[in-house]
Amino acid sequence: MAEGRYIVVGGGLAGLMTVLKLAEAGKRVDVFSLVPVKRSHSVCAQGGINGAVNTKGQGDHPDIHVKDTLKGGDYLAEQPPVKGMCYAAPGIIYLLDRMGVTFNRTPEGFIDFRRFGGTLHHRTAFAGATTGQQLLYALDEQVRRHEVEGLVRKFEQWEYLGNVLDDDGACRGIVALDLRSMEVQAFPAEAVCLATGGPGVLFGRSTNSVINTGSAAARAFVEGALYANGEFVQVHPSAIPGDDKLRLMSESLRGEGGRIWVPSDGRPTDPVTGKRMPPRGEPWYFLEERYPHYGNLVPRDVGTREIFQVCREMGLGIGGRDAVYLDMTHIPPEVLTRKLGGVLEIYEKFRGVDPRFVPMEIFPGMHYSMGGLWVDYEADARGSIVPSPRNHATSVPGLYAAGECEYQYHGANRLGANSLLSCLYAGQLAGPAMALYARNGGKSAAAAPQAAFGRALLHWKDRFEGIRGMGGKENPWRIAGELGELMTESCTVVRENAKLRKALDAIDALSTRAGDVNVLDPGRAMNLSMAFVNQLRNMLELAKVIARGALLRDECRGSHDKPEFALPGPSTANPKDDPGFMARWKASGERWRKTTLARYTPQGPEIGYREVPTPILEPEPRHYD
Amino acid sequence: MTKREPMPVPAHVELRVRRQDGPGLPSRVEVFRLPYRPNANVISCLQEIQRSPVTADGTPTTPVVWDCSCLEEVCGACTMIVNGGVRQACTALIDQLGGTVTLEPLSKFPLVRDLMVDRQRMFEALKRVRAWVPMDGSHDLGPGPRQSPRDQEWMYQLSTCMTCGCCLEACPQVNENSAFMGAAAVSQVRLFNGHPTGALHKAERLRALMSEDGVQGCGKAQNCVEVCPKGIPLTTSLAEMFRETTVQAIKDWVRREPSPGVRT
Repeated sequence: MAEGRYIVVGGGLAGLMTVLKLAEAGKRVDVFSLVPVKRSHSVCAQGGINGAVNTKGQGDHPDIHVKDTLKGGDYLAEQPPVKGMCYAAPGIIYLLDRMGVTFNRTPEGFIDFRRFGGTLHHRTAFAGATTGQQLLYALDEQVRRHEVEGLVRKFEQWEYLGNVLDDDGACRGIVALDLRSMEVQAFPAEAVCLATGGPGVLFGRSTNSVINTGSAAARAFVEGALYANGEFVQVHPSAIPGDDKLRLMSESLRGEGGRIWVPSDGRPTDPVTGKRMPPRGEPWYFLEERYPHYGNLVPRDVGTREIFQVCREMGLGIGGRDAVYLDMTHIPPEVLTRKLGGVLEIYEKFRGVDPRFVPMEIFPGMHYSMGGLWVDYEADARGSIVPSPRNHATSVPGLYAAGECEYQYHGANRLGANSLLSCLYAGQLAGPAMALYARNGGKSAAAAPQAAFGRALLHWKDRFEGIRGMGGKENPWRIAGELGELMTESCTVVRENAKLRKALDAIDALSTRAGDVNVLDPGRAMNLSMAFVNQLRNMLELAKVIARGALLRDECRGSHDKPEFALPGPSTANPKDDPGFMARWKASGERWRKTTLARYTPQGPEIGYREVPTPILEPEPRHYD
Repeated sequence: MTKREPMPVPAHVELRVRRQDGPGLPSRVEVFRLPYRPNANVISCLQEIQRSPVTADGTPTTPVVWDCSCLEEVCGACTMIVNGGVRQACTALIDQLGGTVTLEPLSKFPLVRDLMVDRQRMFEALKRVRAWVPMDGSHDLGPGPRQSPRDQEWMYQLSTCMTCGCCLEACPQVNENSAFMGAAAVSQVRLFNGHPTGALHKAERLRALMSEDGVQGCGKAQNCVEVCPKGIPLTTSLAEMFRETTVQAIKDWVRREPSPGVRT
């Protein structure tokens, strides 16, 4: 009997790497994507991809990359997968090089590396300032080759609706919607991988693409998959606000020497450090002053909090607004064009000002979800990942997840230029794991009970006929807009329990209103209103996971900052020298250094916690100077 | 410093949108009147219509259907005709367009609905010209060949092509009577033939460009390079590929290898 097909949902970096690995093993793959895969959100990654290749004579090593990543995520990331990723990173960069990625070069013809946040090493390979685009195109080209050879079928402008689950709860395929015809169809598979990206649209305006609703991962959660660390949401320090979205201004701008400042108001000292402030009107480089070692390249959670503090608490934002300067004007314009052209062009196109000559005005914006579907891994006694069907498997047998829609690599805060890496590494693990699952005990899709497919298909046909008939008084896009404001207000930089409780009530109210929407469009072709009404319901479920996770986590860790539960700081420059602080820190860690696990119930998500094993690195207080 | 002069701020923006419910159905123009908002672009206006799908004369209608994703001009999705010119809708800022904005779908591609078209032919062209570096596999084989910063610079620029379709829309040779694949795919041949590993399979790509849909379809109107949002030197690519295919055809003729489109 011919072996069946595999399904990958999502055509970004993680999805395409999963496809590539399966196709190279001779497997037949169906890839489903909302947009032609070449337009996936991976194109938005600007700055680069990390790998301790150590070609700069700085003594960099994958072990240092591991430590920077684990510390950057405040020891909440899963350690063996992080180790595997950091050790695989140089090979992944070389692989991309062989695919023809136009990485910037040194005069000797080697791949150039630049600095990024949360590390002191030049570890980030880059292709101008559109690295994600260039990486995605390389993968897209390789997958197209397999498409021509007949192993890969693309279903573009198709939307994943849900899984086909058999009587034992195993995933045997998916149900998908053809947006062109609005017809619902079921597809069998040996194994399914979700590589469906992050949930930026939950926050209304974010740096994410409009397709990043988180709907697919949310639906998998509703159907029984565990969701981990949902409350950890990265707010990037530098974005420019627009009417439709927030546009990212890459961390690589600071990696290449960009400086953050606000004009001083002439007060004598910085209330945080007690250091002298410059005279009134002079630039105050507050990150450099507060973090002499890391300066403008502190990790993102730290940078974002400092900008918030300077604007909201000290009132020093430019012109009293929510804005600080990101200044590149001291760097020669031709260097800027060569290394950062793509991102500077975005600023100039949208703000009408050339940032090579005028400092940019930026403010933090929602950027990335560290949390996502819970996935497993298998490691040996030394904490090294071994080939296994468990790698990247969700809690639903036969269902895998890779990329931003999964939680493993970034803990409480992701380091810049680790996301492209984690997507590719996840794909490298997920593809082979799916093949092993099918070989070792997964049930063949060919033998799948027809009843399960019939049931799933009927559910979704009914659901969409129901949506088509919705003639209520609410507009789905407005509800999403209100959800965005609510989530941005309650679940981004600073969190308060009182606000979070109110937010949860408000999400419930929005969910009720979402049941009374008007579908606005009865059309039977490319009816994006109908698709959105369905997505909205999933988005609301995910919003509950994020808000509830944030409410229950009474501590500060990485991106999750809840000042009412902040540990009183150490009295010494190095926290390890203050035994009192160390005792408080240890006790708090024992309570909270755990993975949050959310399980769906119709009454709202049920939250539990699970220990994070530390076979690689013992946690210590996170401290940057 | 290049600071653009802002136009006077209008109280309202008038959006005139060409709409069509599907292929082969009649088309119509709907007019929307939206309150002016600072920093608005065509996308945020269309989003406002989603939130309030009512035309200027108060008639309820369906939300406009259009293609978009990244809104940063790197994904290539939101190409449309804005005030008569082809471009991405995300970088079309209302402050630079004035009080009346007309939106139409691309005319050189099959219509899907409203402002959304099907650009699959561009991806098919990438298959035709084998626009990839052939690899033995994604296992670890060490680094790729070294390259000079100068080569990286021109190849990077070619590699920023986002398959947006502006060059095809603007090209007079892309029409119902011609099979011309357009400048985008031709330029990709130049990119992959320029890569040290890609060059090992140069002849295959050039032969693909010798077919009926290949580089000979170019009529040298030079519109493509004018409209490319990424400033890719498309006419240079076309000229170079024209020369290279000629050289390849002569080589093939000398070696008696069959070349499509070249009579021997």
